[in-house]
Amino acid sequence: MSYFSNIYNGIKSLLTGMGVTGKVFLNARKGTITQQYPENRETLKMFDRFRGEVVMPHDKENEHRCTGCQKCEIACPNGSIEIVWDRVVNPETGKKKKEIDKFVYHLGLCTMCSLCIEACPTDAIVWAQNYENSVYDRSYLTKVLNQPESKLMDGVED
Amino acid sequence: MNISLGITKTIHDWLFSVMPEGLASITEMVLIAAVYLAVFAVFGLYLVLLERKVAAWFQLRMGPNRVGFKGLLQTLADALKLVSKELTGTEKADKFLYNLAPYFVIISALMALAVFPFTQEFQAFDINIGIFFLIAISSIGVIGILLGGWSSNNKFALIGAMRSGVQTISYELSIGLSLLTMVLITGSLQLSEIVEVQKNGWLIVQGHIPAIIAFMIYMIAGTAETNRAPFDMVEAESELGAGFHTEYSGMKFAYFFLAEFINMFIISAIATTVFFGAWLSPFGITESIPWLGVFWFLGKVFVIVFLMMWFRWTFPRLRIDQLLTLEWKYLLPINLVNIVVMAFIVWQNLIIQL
Repeated sequence: MSYFSNIYNGIKSLLTGMGVTGKVFLNARKGTITQQYPENRETLKMFDRFRGEVVMPHDKENEHRCTGCQKCEIACPNGSIEIVWDRVVNPETGKKKKEIDKFVYHLGLCTMCSLCIEACPTDAIVWAQNYENSVYDRSYLTKVLNQPESKLMDGVED
Repeated sequence: MNISLGITKTIHDWLFSVMPEGLASITEMVLIAAVYLAVFAVFGLYLVLLERKVAAWFQLRMGPNRVGFKGLLQTLADALKLVSKELTGTEKADKFLYNLAPYFVIISALMALAVFPFTQEFQAFDINIGIFFLIAISSIGVIGILLGGWSSNNKFALIGAMRSGVQTISYELSIGLSLLTMVLITGSLQLSEIVEVQKNGWLIVQGHIPAIIAFMIYMIAGTAETNRAPFDMVEAESELGAGFHTEYSGMKFAYFFLAEFINMFIISAIATTVFFGAWLSPFGITESIPWLGVFWFLGKVFVIVFLMMWFRWTFPRLRIDQLLTLEWKYLLPINLVNIVVMAFIVWQNLIIQL
């Protein structure tokens, strides 16, 4: 008769559920996922896949990996990336070459969709893990990502 | 009136020495009522805090920890906020019933507290129909809920109140029958007598299998009776806003809220009294110190309160048809068979006596 097996299975599944939550309760001290934010801002680390804002990493010689191909600018659905570029004559070879002047990034327009970072062929831009992005004026949200006097890293374009 | 702990004895003698007898006993009653009111209002607030902390631990959060040391003053601050808030209401509400409803709920909750035996001597009102009184009082609260939902002139409140009516009327049956199963052993409805019987072993031990079944049914029905999750169709945040108290604010809302937690305490206290020997210590280890009974009583109550919180944060909410199926097709038949089994056990004297 399914009546009695219903009772048996019902009690069994209820006890299983209580077992699961009971284990969680007993391990609550160790497993707490709450971050006490303002107090622990020195030690608080965001997880790897967190999308804070787009940054362009520079190495010690102040070189970045952006070739100015503008694929990110095309990929961005909101137009939050603007690349100001120029053609510069290379003094050694005498050839003209595209080079970025300013990589302008409007954080205020960005939806953190990550399409620009996926589009970038040279991995010049990445996500930062910072999370305190609020400012007092909208104009502060417009950032120039390449540092002044920075150059393209050797070997990126090869 | 049966209070004669050391302190109360002195007050009792002093009152009767300065006043005529009639006036003195009335004063004494008022004093006891005020003490119960104050103690249990604060107690209810701390139950809310406990619930929030336990809920947080179940969900790997921290719970309130900012107001006071480790958040101990959180609910007091909440109560203060609720007292200072404006009492709002709907325009076409039935004003009289609307204002009356919270008092029905809170008064019926507080009335039930009078009969619990906290220790041998500390029991405000020891009537000979204690269990019957508790069952009767605990079902009056639903009138307040129905009135509140009806008079708010809000469809969600009305639906919530009607669900509460269905639920409470159904589950009262199981509460009554499961307690009746235990009354078969004790042979008395008086709470002090029920405790007396349990000096030879708590009733859940004495009654063994049918007592455990009765306890399980009682816990399910008791959770339903207090309108807590998984039986919280009355409030059902995701469906009805807040159910019957959608339109209440400020202190009137606080009455409903407090009553819910005092009801939880009452359900646990009945379970403690009837199944787990009230203030009796396990194996009589502290029998020589009678006032320790309060701690045993509250300790057992808190274990059962924790069990109810455990239910709440584990099980998903039932649908209304599942709720009625559970009661009428499962709990009630099992309960009736259980009573017969218990009657047989009592008749054949198969009770386990320690």
